[in-house]
Amino acid sequence: MSDLKQFRADTRAWLEENCPESMRAPVKSDREMYWGGRRGKFQSDDQKVWFERMLAKGWTVPSWDEKYGGAGLNRAQEQILKKEMKRINARNPLPSFGIWMLGPALLKFGSEEQKLKFLPPIARGEIRWCQGYSEPGAGSDLASLATKAEDKGDHYLVNGQKVWTSYADQADWIFCLVRTDNTGTKHQGISFVLFDMESEGVEARPIKLISGKSPFCETFMNDVKVPKENLVGEEGQGWNIAKYLLTHEREMIGESPLSRSLSEMAVQQTGTVDGKLPDPYLRGKIAEAEIDDWAMSMTMARMLAEAKAGASLGANSSMLKYYGTELNKRKFELLMDAAGHDGLEWESERSEEGNLARTWLRTKGNSIEGGTSEVQLNIISKHILQLPGA
Amino acid sequence: MALVLNEDEVMLKETAEGFFADKAPVTALRKLRDERDETGFDRALWAEMADMGFAGVVVDEDNGGVDMGFMAAGLLAEQMGRNLSASPFLSTSILAATALRASDNAEQKAKWLSAISSGEAVMAVALDEGAKHNPHGIQTRAEKSGNGFKISGAKAMVVDGHVADQMIVAARMDDDQIGLFLVDPKTSGVDVERTIMVDSRNAARVEFDNVEITGEALLGAGDEVLNKVLSAGRAVVAAELLGAGGAAFESTVAYIKERKQFGKIIGEFQGLQHRASHLYSEYQLARSAVLASLTALDEGDENAPKYCAMAKAKLANFARLAAQEGVQMHGGVGMTDEYDIGLYMKRIRVLQELLGDASYHSDQLAAQNNY
Repeated sequence: MSDLKQFRADTRAWLEENCPESMRAPVKSDREMYWGGRRGKFQSDDQKVWFERMLAKGWTVPSWDEKYGGAGLNRAQEQILKKEMKRINARNPLPSFGIWMLGPALLKFGSEEQKLKFLPPIARGEIRWCQGYSEPGAGSDLASLATKAEDKGDHYLVNGQKVWTSYADQADWIFCLVRTDNTGTKHQGISFVLFDMESEGVEARPIKLISGKSPFCETFMNDVKVPKENLVGEEGQGWNIAKYLLTHEREMIGESPLSRSLSEMAVQQTGTVDGKLPDPYLRGKIAEAEIDDWAMSMTMARMLAEAKAGASLGANSSMLKYYGTELNKRKFELLMDAAGHDGLEWESERSEEGNLARTWLRTKGNSIEGGTSEVQLNIISKHILQLPGA
Repeated sequence: MALVLNEDEVMLKETAEGFFADKAPVTALRKLRDERDETGFDRALWAEMADMGFAGVVVDEDNGGVDMGFMAAGLLAEQMGRNLSASPFLSTSILAATALRASDNAEQKAKWLSAISSGEAVMAVALDEGAKHNPHGIQTRAEKSGNGFKISGAKAMVVDGHVADQMIVAARMDDDQIGLFLVDPKTSGVDVERTIMVDSRNAARVEFDNVEITGEALLGAGDEVLNKVLSAGRAVVAAELLGAGGAAFESTVAYIKERKQFGKIIGEFQGLQHRASHLYSEYQLARSAVLASLTALDEGDENAPKYCAMAKAKLANFARLAAQEGVQMHGGVGMTDEYDIGLYMKRIRVLQELLGDASYHSDQLAAQNNY
């Protein structure tokens, strides 16, 4: 047996034995997950057991080095672990912006000291992170951000406002883009800093969304002292880190969040007549969306395989983000069509507190956050098609 | 699943790129059309394709083929799509060869597969009968008659039927199963009408009036053989659509980088940039769908028929969009015969329809997935 086959067999056996039954069901919302952090609470014994077992294996961050709390898996092994977890619908033991976003940035741009200080608490779920990128005046045009960080010798003094900071009201630390220099072009003079949300002068206020939920905040910084050792990379290099992270984020957003197929969910909503969905026009649109969904998943697999063979995903991450999020919105529009009157309920137990309607509304943000669809199309025009003036 | 080409495949792709761009470019199709060529393709080209091993790409080595599989066939078809190269590759080397390979009729199999590989025989598969693809609705009958059969019915859109040395006809047998039968078009009772299509390529309407054939002419019966032919055909047509749609897309992007209006290169306008970038995204999905279906065929994946059908649907939609956007972004010159973009639109329209359009395959997918 090849090493990888052995790894697959071992992984499968370990998961079968160690993943509690209740951790093998899809979650309905983010709130059902354990996100770690100073205020993190387990919602069941199974959830705690599952998290602790995965942590002991280094599998909360499987590809990170052991000294940073990971298991040092290579890319092929990591894919196998993912697939094997998906096979039994095993839940992610620790969803985390620290793992998804800050970790990759620190691994690429951080000093060894910073890696050793910040990565292990992320792996252990002790510190929950949020991202401070967008500002009221800097959305799609992120590089025009104005939050000011003044050099005060051993620290920066940060003043400004961030918006769309995910779960900032529950996070312990923030990774934040600030302006350390106003003299060059807007892309120059941006720096990437880290600070504790409990620092004096930080305030996070939740924003209520059309879904009725508040996963995002406005975050205000008023004379916040940030020690210089918390600068990642060099001063003024922050835009490179931001771009790297946005690319990373886009690759993630492209993945389909549905645990069951679109057509299965539609059949559950409307039932069938003579084996067919009763509305032939909707049926056709669902079939087309399923074909696109298949082609999209084949494209993600192909591009990852190409990247493994040495090619960089590059601007194609924008293509995946653009297509994946637009397709996701399309699928939820179709599900709302299928659900009809039932999908409109907002508060009943029957509708699980309007789960479908709220999720449908949430998907509208997919093509806005992490760079709008229009920004992704600009990136494709410029970097792939090399159209003039793009 | 192998979605990235291996070394052999990259080599074959490069060979095919050079071969079709050199020997059968768009100008060759224009010449065939303008000279009202009786065959509709260049027999010398077909002979060269046989020499290169292309004609027998999915034929086994014992019968003179190179047996390189459907991924290789798809790579060839993509280049034919890019260059609008006319040849009986689809009819003979894919549809007929797949029917023969699936057959238990050893004698006929050996005879005709060898003739396909060597380029001696052009074959046509007569499946559809009406205006739309409908393999389950075949009405042509093959009645038992002594030791042989009598075939009656009418076929349409028989690709290359006007020059076929031999036809493979799908007909319903006495037990209602669909059988595939070898029929020599010179047999009494066969009437062939050449139909020149919008893309300057050829098919035929063929009528069978009590055509008597021997029992030896039966290649096989049942859905399994027919489905193999359909799946192979759909994947290879999808690959040709990838080439035609891809070339239409690329030539359009090149055009909007040159054309000036309002004192600007029109590719500077965001209205065009975003449409071109969307089309690029569709092109990427299209390529993945084609590679996935060809790989599934080669690996004997049980889902291969489904993937081939989905790829055909996806590629029909992608290439249609590429053609429509292509003509629109070319503006006035896109409407002229002088520019190639219109020729791509015509070929894509034909390929969209062949072996089932996007609506057909969406409907079938829904039925198979119980909704």
